Amino acid sequence: MLKKTLGALALTSALVATHAAAEGHSIDLAGKTVEWIIPFSETGGSAKWANFYAPLLSEALPGNPTVVVTFNPGAGSTKGANAFQEMEYEDGTTIFGSSGSTQFPYLLSDPRVRYEYSDWNVVLASGTGGVAYLPPELSAQLGEGGDASALRDEDFIYGSQGATRLDLVPLLAWEMLGLQVEPVFGIEGRGDGRLMFERGEANIDYQTSSSFLSGVTPLVEAGTAAPWFSFGALDAEGNIVRDPTFPDMPTFKEVCDATEGCETSGEQWDAWKAFFVAGFPAQKMVFLPAGAPDAAVATFTEAFAAIQQREDFAEISKARLGVYPQLTGDAAKTAMASATDVPQEAKDFVINWLSERYGVVLQ
Amino acid sequence: MEVFATALPALNDAFAMILQPHVIGYLLLGVVMGLCIGVFPGLGGIAGLSLLLPFMFGMEPVTGLALMVGMVAVVPTSDTFASVLMGIPGSSASQATVLDGFPMAKKGQAARALSAAFASSLFGGLVGAAFLTVFILAARPIVLLFQTPELLMITIFGLSMVGILAGRVALKGLVAACLGILVGTIGEGASSGALRMSTYDMPYLVDGLKLVIVGLGIFAIPEIVALLRRDRAISDRAPLGGGWAEGVKDWWANKWLSVRCSLIGVVVGVIPGLGGSVVDWIAYGHAVQTSKDKSGFGSGDVRGVIGPESSNNAKEGGGLVPTLLFGIPGSGSMAIFISAVALLGTGSIEVGPSMLKNNLDFTYAIVWLLALANVAGTIICIAASGGIAKLTEIRFALLAPFLFMIIAFAAFQSRQEIWDLVALFGIGLLGILMRRFDWSRPAFLIGFVLAGPAERYTNQAYQIGASRFRRGFEEGIEYIFSPIVIVLVIITLLSVVIGLRQSKNIQAEGAVASGSKRAPIIFLLAVTAYIALAYWNAAIIPDFARMDRVFPVFVATVALIGCALLLVQMMRADETSAIFADREAEDAGENVHGLWATLGWFASLLIASAIVGFILALAGFLLLFIRLRAGKSWIYATVYTGIGIAFICAMAWTLNRDFPPGLLQSYFELPWPLT
Repeated sequence: MLKKTLGALALTSALVATHAAAEGHSIDLAGKTVEWIIPFSETGGSAKWANFYAPLLSEALPGNPTVVVTFNPGAGSTKGANAFQEMEYEDGTTIFGSSGSTQFPYLLSDPRVRYEYSDWNVVLASGTGGVAYLPPELSAQLGEGGDASALRDEDFIYGSQGATRLDLVPLLAWEMLGLQVEPVFGIEGRGDGRLMFERGEANIDYQTSSSFLSGVTPLVEAGTAAPWFSFGALDAEGNIVRDPTFPDMPTFKEVCDATEGCETSGEQWDAWKAFFVAGFPAQKMVFLPAGAPDAAVATFTEAFAAIQQREDFAEISKARLGVYPQLTGDAAKTAMASATDVPQEAKDFVINWLSERYGVVLQ
Repeated sequence: MEVFATALPALNDAFAMILQPHVIGYLLLGVVMGLCIGVFPGLGGIAGLSLLLPFMFGMEPVTGLALMVGMVAVVPTSDTFASVLMGIPGSSASQATVLDGFPMAKKGQAARALSAAFASSLFGGLVGAAFLTVFILAARPIVLLFQTPELLMITIFGLSMVGILAGRVALKGLVAACLGILVGTIGEGASSGALRMSTYDMPYLVDGLKLVIVGLGIFAIPEIVALLRRDRAISDRAPLGGGWAEGVKDWWANKWLSVRCSLIGVVVGVIPGLGGSVVDWIAYGHAVQTSKDKSGFGSGDVRGVIGPESSNNAKEGGGLVPTLLFGIPGSGSMAIFISAVALLGTGSIEVGPSMLKNNLDFTYAIVWLLALANVAGTIICIAASGGIAKLTEIRFALLAPFLFMIIAFAAFQSRQEIWDLVALFGIGLLGILMRRFDWSRPAFLIGFVLAGPAERYTNQAYQIGASRFRRGFEEGIEYIFSPIVIVLVIITLLSVVIGLRQSKNIQAEGAVASGSKRAPIIFLLAVTAYIALAYWNAAIIPDFARMDRVFPVFVATVALIGCALLLVQMMRADETSAIFADREAEDAGENVHGLWATLGWFASLLIASAIVGFILALAGFLLLFIRLRAGKSWIYATVYTGIGIAFICAMAWTLNRDFPPGLLQSYFELPWPLT
């Protein structure tokens, strides 16, 4: 815990308490330091996301507190999340940023998980999307609407970070399309997966939207890669629709429909959709710890809403976050619910599939 | 010619961008900050860049780049101070510098070693920039030629350096390297997540040990303890006059070595995935192999400083290629660099494949900012080296507590748990024993560093290769035995043969007399027991996770055979044989204090930290150590403690870090920095 401002804090805490009570709906963070805990290392995608928001948040919060991003990596983010679960709300100076890699172990009943999403208070949910792509010569064999039937005899290699991570979504997608994909595990980030594709060692890959825009679009222009489908986005009713960032690309749902043997209903589809929803449309979320009063939740919610009202937000966020909803308030709560409240059948299906297909036993 | 047509205007624009007073000003600011951070062992570019991140948002791109590049560029320059003066690897970039730099400092040639190192660093940085200016345009297809089998071969080539650094008994070096690899495999397997030598009940080990801790433990702690026991200054004789000019002359006399090592640095740095942590060892190995008279290496040959130092600054330049061209960070600091660049200005500079096409001027600006930062950093370092070298003349008992404080703080940055200190102490103990019984510590470290890549690339090359063979025999062979792989195999074989033939002459850590038989045998048996345990632990990994089993089992098998042969040799050899080297016998006349008493001081710091937290424990430690061990007055000890605590708090405050809490803190809420 970072308490370097504790001296100043002790002096003003009584003052702050009266302020909050008087105003009723917001807390003043003047002179404080808000610690934003990221359960990953300084070098990951969540670090980028938090580093993007931190200075904006500092400007938007009442009293303009210093916002520092601190890192508590370990055990695929479960260590940091467990530590956050132990914390209690004190004065609104601690927030936590989760990611899909925090959500998945929670959904898959990983034995290391000792945190409970429903205890926390969500104040922001940031979405993203994903795009699958192929080498041009394989892409040329695709049928009408991205039909994958012609590729069933191809020997695919896919650089993967691990079957229980976000890669679960594309891996299950390849399988539903009937592709023979051998995942090569042990790569350290999706960037390494793209490099493996560029070297011609892997011949199927996916990237999250912002990485696709910066990393793969130049390859598409150079004619060494061809986009296939996006995972899609969710509309207000929870249906999968075309990704607004890639309106010209079919979604996985469309490709699945076009491919013989791939069903967009039933147990397998429901499981895929549940984990897609958990991993992408609400991939990164910001939480206040258990026991946060409404005033604190409202303060942070308003701050994140205000950031999106900035005139330059569209411009500065495009490269960093892609064109995706940054949800606050009730929308964030709904997003969190759909991301963490996966039907038991879907969980059971995936847990069973992981153990049969990859020998992963979570216990 | 077409290349020049694109390059020259961009280069022109780049210089127009750089050569503005405020840009140079920010660069110098970055350089000074980088030097300040690099001086402290264990704190590298990651800590520095994290410090700068909050200021990057919306900053004018060139000035922001100048600030960051200035900082990143000089960390491998200033970390030389710790390596040469204290024998502590300042960062992974200057581990090999310790081997010859520190003995030079002991001989009173600290200033000479430092200035030779800085001259080499500067030169390496400039060669790197010049090479990159041309190479960066053609780099992309060349880098893509390095597929997994090529990466695996480079890793094996790195491992083959063990042959040169193995010490007098080659088998001991081999077992040490295998032990390093096995320590490197501790934790979750990269492939299927199977646990090796760890359980979920001890989450600390699941993520494996970090290089900072192993590097500091294996090199720094044994040296500090050894120096403390002698109770003198580091330098055992009066410094030689005119030190720094001498060092520059040394560099000039070995300029071609410096050129070659710089090129090694750029080339290895360019290849993504290796992170450049072996560059300095490869350069050191090259320096040894190409020298006619090898007898001085390990006991203070200036060429052993020039080689690695030429390569490590050049490597920073090389590391820019994967970072800028592919958007794939070559190191932790480069990862932060990428995310910081995106915050600059309007976020219009996108690091990645479009960089060369859209931002060639920025690319060149970064390359030459790097070169300029190297020049500025070197000049400042050379100017400061005379004064800083005087540290080696201070009585070590007064320096040691301070060093230990900084090392413990640096180790704690790894995971910010008390276990960081436990791991540091444990590895430190291993380091002390390896030093005592003349087991090659560089071999251990190379093994540790390369354990991850070696396992990963072996598994991946096997998987991808198998898929290619399924498509056709020829395609498989082409994949596995590409021309680059064949060349690398030949280089590796040559290096091993030459290394083995000559390793007897190179005593990477000086000569050691032999003592009795008992202690070396007990140590060997303990090492064997650990390896056997690791073997058994890996062997029980179930079949579905076999990819995580094969590598540790293979390495442990090799190590066990080595141990068995050593045991046979020990039974046959008589007491004076090199195999029974025991530094206790060698240094018996010089040691004033016992090993265990000295170690006890540090153990007590660790235990006290676990009870009352780091800062309180440190205060007690500093006070008592200066009073009792160093024999100073209470007033002196109190002032020393006050300065020490103030210093470490200031550092933690600037870097936004906390200290390890103890039991006390779980019962009472205490204000920072006691938390």
